[in-house]
Amino acid sequence: MSPSSAAPAELLVRTERGVLALTLNRPDALNALTLSMMEGLTAAVVKAGRDPSVRAILIAAEGRAFCPGADLGDVRRLQDAGGFDLGEVLRSHFNPLIRAIRSVEKPVVCAVQGVAAGAGASLALACDLRVCAEHAKFILAFSKVGLVPDSGMTWFLPRWLGLGLSLEHAWLGTPIAAERALEFGMVNRVVPAERLRAAAGELLCQLLGMPPQAVALAKRAFNRSLEAASLEEQMEYEAQLQSWLGRTQDHAEGVSAFLEKRAPVFKGE
Amino acid sequence: MTTAAAPEVLVETEGPIGLVALNRPQVLNALSLPVMKAVAEALAGFERDAKIRAVVLSGSSRAFSAGADIGEFQALKDSGAAAQALDEHLARWDFIGSMAKPVIAAVSGFALGGGCELAMACDLIVASETAVFGQPEVAIGVIPGAGGTQRLTKAVGKALAMEMCLAGRRLSAREALAHGLVNRVVAPESLPSEAKALARRLAGMPPLAVAAAKEAVRRALDLPLAQGLAFERKAFYALFDTADQKEGIASFLEKRKPAFSGS
Repeated sequence: MSPSSAAPAELLVRTERGVLALTLNRPDALNALTLSMMEGLTAAVVKAGRDPSVRAILIAAEGRAFCPGADLGDVRRLQDAGGFDLGEVLRSHFNPLIRAIRSVEKPVVCAVQGVAAGAGASLALACDLRVCAEHAKFILAFSKVGLVPDSGMTWFLPRWLGLGLSLEHAWLGTPIAAERALEFGMVNRVVPAERLRAAAGELLCQLLGMPPQAVALAKRAFNRSLEAASLEEQMEYEAQLQSWLGRTQDHAEGVSAFLEKRAPVFKGE
Repeated sequence: MTTAAAPEVLVETEGPIGLVALNRPQVLNALSLPVMKAVAEALAGFERDAKIRAVVLSGSSRAFSAGADIGEFQALKDSGAAAQALDEHLARWDFIGSMAKPVIAAVSGFALGGGCELAMACDLIVASETAVFGQPEVAIGVIPGAGGTQRLTKAVGKALAMEMCLAGRRLSAREALAHGLVNRVVAPESLPSEAKALARRLAGMPPLAVAAAKEAVRRALDLPLAQGLAFERKAFYALFDTADQKEGIASFLEKRKPAFSGS
């Protein structure tokens, strides 16, 4: 699909100490997403969901920008070839990636530097936690090319910004700077650019110390809550999960460690 | 009272609960003819067993059952051969409706084709969030043959049944709940415990009344209203001859827990 088979990999995939690091690697194109990059991201996230040796996922990018969205050159080539439908590309490439990130029951941390625009912003917002460089900014670039926000953006953004601000940024395409995003709760940490990877690494390290089953089920329970479940439904769901988690060794270990005033050692059992 | 069925179907008891589990996870619990026979025999065994008050039928985590064993269809060269080979098997699930004891399907993962038909033939369905229901037979040039078109339409209505049977649309657990196909949707981890908890609740009810209620609700699906109402009235009166009815009324008035004898 991508013409750059001889070039260095557009997407770097590496697993180290339980963390699957997925790095967008087209710095010359500011990491614009090609269809094959999205296929690679989706496949890697889905595979990580089934791989017990992967405990958390990092999505990061090389160079000065995180990602300006879809590779418009890619899109133009497909449009010129005829029979092309943007909606179909969303269904076949973008939506599966967003769905995979939301449904994988492991923490997905995103490290954002520079611009995260269009589907690149959607990709960042689909992750569970975001660490940003000070100069990072999120831009809903869609209206400038005559499109609506996609890849889940119309679902994610109002949850942080509310309706009015979401529409303003969607209509005008004005950037949301990192500090402002922090105020909204859209991002978890803002750090100096040179500390970005280290800060993301520290956050991941903390997550790896937590009991994995509880981490997984908390993500699922919060996902479910955002899908418009009622308080009654959520409380019942919590009861079901707790009934199961209450029988795990990690729960027993956590309680023992608390009572014995020591650090717990969780095994995912 | 655990009889050794084919190893592909596990049959156990837990107090008053009979448990039947499809156990061919490697083929997503495809319903081969021997497996269908073993399930029906296990259910018949529990129906005869006076200690059993409710049954839970389950599959494995990835699939309740992904459907018929398609390979078995290949040798059936025409309609006559199909009817001869399959007739007795395709009617097996009708037995579940005729049982006095309630049968709960605990559905995780795929319930497709014959798997969906089996789940729908049960009296209640508890679904994991991972459950997927569908009747995709049309895509291989047939239609559901074990009740799918009939039970699905009665459960979810014409519009959705048409889309599922003609276009192969699948329903997620949440959609199935919204359309009345299942009773509840639970976390995958708690499917076995929730299904058994419901079974225990049923097992604690007076069995003759449970059986009568089951039959009356089943008839509501088939009979004109006047006949259904007549059946209901007759069954209602008949229960006044049972010891459990006396106990139920007395315990209610005396504000104590009933102790049902099953007679």
